Amino acid sequence: MQIIISNNSKGPIYKQIYAQIKKHILTNELQQGQSLPSMRQLAKDLDISVITTKRAYEELEKNGFIYSVVGKGSFVSEQNNEMIKERKRKVIEEQLVTAIQNGKEIGINLNELKELLTMLYREEE
Amino acid sequence: MENVIELQHVHKSFDGFQLNNLSMTIKKGFVTGFIGGNGAGKSTTIKLMMNLLQPDRGTISIFGLNYKDHEKEIKQRIGFVFDENIFYENVTLAEMKKIIKPAYVNWDDNLFHYYVKTFELPLNKKIKSFSKGMMMKASLTIALSHHAELIIMDEPTSGLDPSFRRELLDILHNLMQDGEKTIFFSTHLTTDLDRIADYITFIHKGKHIFTKEIYQIEEEYAIVKGGIELLDKDTEREFISIRKSNHGFEALTANKTRAENIFGGMALIEKPTLEDIMFYTKKGEEHYV
Repeated sequence: MQIIISNNSKGPIYKQIYAQIKKHILTNELQQGQSLPSMRQLAKDLDISVITTKRAYEELEKNGFIYSVVGKGSFVSEQNNEMIKERKRKVIEEQLVTAIQNGKEIGINLNELKELLTMLYREEE
Repeated sequence: MENVIELQHVHKSFDGFQLNNLSMTIKKGFVTGFIGGNGAGKSTTIKLMMNLLQPDRGTISIFGLNYKDHEKEIKQRIGFVFDENIFYENVTLAEMKKIIKPAYVNWDDNLFHYYVKTFELPLNKKIKSFSKGMMMKASLTIALSHHAELIIMDEPTSGLDPSFRRELLDILHNLMQDGEKTIFFSTHLTTDLDRIADYITFIHKGKHIFTKEIYQIEEEYAIVKGGIELLDKDTEREFISIRKSNHGFEALTANKTRAENIFGGMALIEKPTLEDIMFYTKKGEEHYV
């Protein structure tokens, strides 16, 4: 896992670590369940203090990118893809609600709407 | 988190100097850098922690124990690294070991030889021939060989060349890997702290100014630089102290967010160094007292 810390950057070091690990997770370079180096090991490797890597890991954990097991270390969350799916699902629901409301305005009933949806869905295949 | 060192309302006065109501805690498993100007009370504080001095008032506990009832136990668990030669000069390191070893229940010869090898120390040369760097390593070797859980160092990096200072920081990084050891060290060289310190404890004129996580400092403090016209009675109150010149001002604030709201766009707002914080705090004190 590549992490490069800039000493001239305006951003705090823990944010730089946070952003880079997050990117590695989103690009699947770090995969679900994969273990991260221990906070102390990473601090040593990057020549920075433990509290800084601790803060970065805490932020990653808070936002669901990683999880930690006491005595075992930190791992890339499996929740992450679930979270992305969950978010998309919400968007779909909202869009469907809009479609239902528009349909009701011009008197399209549920069956007609279902037919329309089925037809459009098949066309996309 | 567990506190390894706790000072509560500690007072100590000498002629012309006093530690005033000093309270501070040092967390287990982390490195705390101890900063403050000359005469701020760093050495006195360290001597109090080592029971080389006793407080006039207040309590000091180490590993949750007090010196009155547990001095022997506490000292077994502390390793002390001085910046000066604490050994007998006319003996070799091997002889020095023989003198020190019986004092420690947990003395570990294997560990001693491991560090002697790692640090490339000569066992059979007289200590007086050691360089400052070697002396430092010898002192650290002794401290580490009795499995000290708390390592207290007084100015360990002063007088060392830059490459050896790097080496020392690497050694400290290695020591911190198991999370069981605690390091407390005083220093003038604040740049070393960026690489290793988790917490910074800052004292000034015998008073505790703060103990903070190192990243917290840059979140709270900022240097503001701008034109003199930005300063008036209200805006000046935002600062710990201000340095004015014919070309503008530079000042330290302890509330970065507010400074950004007030001066955003009109002044430069930069990350302060620990030296900036020490300098402006001292200047602020002179101004208001």
